[in-house]
Amino acid sequence: MIGSFPKLLSATVITLKLLSLSLFFGLFIGLLFAILRMSKNPIINKFAYGYSYVFRGTPLLVQIFIIYFGLGQIEYLRSTFLWVILKEPYWCAVIAFALNTGAYTSEILRSAFQTIKPGLIEAGKSLGIPNKVIFYKIQIPIAIKQSLPAYGNEIILMLKGTSLASTVTLMDLTGVAKYIISTTFKPIEVFIVAGGIYLFMTFCVHNFIKFLEKKYGFQT
Amino acid sequence: MNKFKTLGLGILISFFLTISSNADSIRIGTEGAYPPWNSKDASGNLIGFEVELANELCKIMKAECTIVEQDWDGMIPALLMRKFDAIMAGMSITAERQKTITFSQGYADEVASLAVMKGSNLEGMDTPEGINLSLGGSDVKKALKTLTGVLAGKTVCVQTATIHQNFLDSGDVGSVNVRTYKTQDEVNLDLASGRCDAALAAAVAFTDYADKSGKPVVLVGPTFSGGAFGNGVGVGIRQGGDDAIGKRDAKLLKDFNKAIDKARKQGIISKLAIKHFGFDASM
Repeated sequence: MIGSFPKLLSATVITLKLLSLSLFFGLFIGLLFAILRMSKNPIINKFAYGYSYVFRGTPLLVQIFIIYFGLGQIEYLRSTFLWVILKEPYWCAVIAFALNTGAYTSEILRSAFQTIKPGLIEAGKSLGIPNKVIFYKIQIPIAIKQSLPAYGNEIILMLKGTSLASTVTLMDLTGVAKYIISTTFKPIEVFIVAGGIYLFMTFCVHNFIKFLEKKYGFQT
Repeated sequence: MNKFKTLGLGILISFFLTISSNADSIRIGTEGAYPPWNSKDASGNLIGFEVELANELCKIMKAECTIVEQDWDGMIPALLMRKFDAIMAGMSITAERQKTITFSQGYADEVASLAVMKGSNLEGMDTPEGINLSLGGSDVKKALKTLTGVLAGKTVCVQTATIHQNFLDSGDVGSVNVRTYKTQDEVNLDLASGRCDAALAAAVAFTDYADKSGKPVVLVGPTFSGGAFGNGVGVGIRQGGDDAIGKRDAKLLKDFNKAIDKARKQGIISKLAIKHFGFDASM
């Protein structure tokens, strides 16, 4: 049992890699779609709304299966350059996770943008600051601060979501735990250790977000 | 409030009643995703060789049986946790599994084989038709050497926690890139999509898939038996003990062995094997 601990730890590295890559791409997707959501053009607006509606309204597991097993069935796709990426389970998982977390992030950021007091933007305008600069220097920093608690939650949800990568053959923490169980037949012990590692990671994320919240304050 | 309490108590009692009413019947666990051994029809009913064989064996034992579905990767843990009393899921009798559970005598045996998509450069390997790893010898050594060379750097897909995975992990064919899946269905899907260079499973699992899907899946290389591939497929049962449940398990093992003897003599196993495999896989 103790012998399996290093194996679980090295699998944790893959879990963390999946998480950070997904969050990195997800943040960009989220920011882009949050901006699109606030567009006055109804087509762009509806498109962004549709994206977040679909990805928040379907289970992550289904999304992974559609991207991994579903797209793999389309023969035409296999002859295109896209197959280089979609052939790898790793990238399929990252794409699914990034699209999923992107949808949630876009909603978190949109609501943060919309709660910014109009007075702050008007103050910028009265000082003659151009709109672009107002957006980058006033709206985005405030929105990020506003959304920290909710985004921290999203990181934790995503961390646990990465366990679904094991369903598309990736040997992440859950995948390796299952593999060890298949040779030792001791599900309780192994899953408790794996669960403990997840809990520790959640603990770290939680405290890091708390630290950021304290440091950058919540006063706007 | 009292109404809720009564309702809660009622639900609790009926829950325990359903459990205890099953206490005397034999619960048999199967996967339902490994045709033609065991699978499900379109409406979700369990079908296949082992489902029919289980019913025949229960008839011989004059026991009431329930067949329970269980994911393959949790099969042995579920048996140990008494979710059911016996496994009939195409599970080969291997020394590794016998450390944890016990097996009845084998009721059927079937060789394993590599499969690729038609047109793969793995086709036309120069190997004997079949090798038995238990026998060893120069033929086996030569075949394994050929396989090691051909499979180097290739991705070979298998279902998790199977004899096929054990064989690839054993290093007999060098260090291939092993990819594991929860079910054989998923292995087949990724073989067809081209994510796997080859797949390893029971030969019938591939021929069955090729027949049903119409995909050009072909068997290559030698068929495998013996060694890591075990000694046939048997009924998996908990190891007996001195307490009441342990004694019941020990008796169950005896009953299954007797029933299998009888079914073999009456030709039931052969008949079912021919029906589902297309050849006599009984043993």
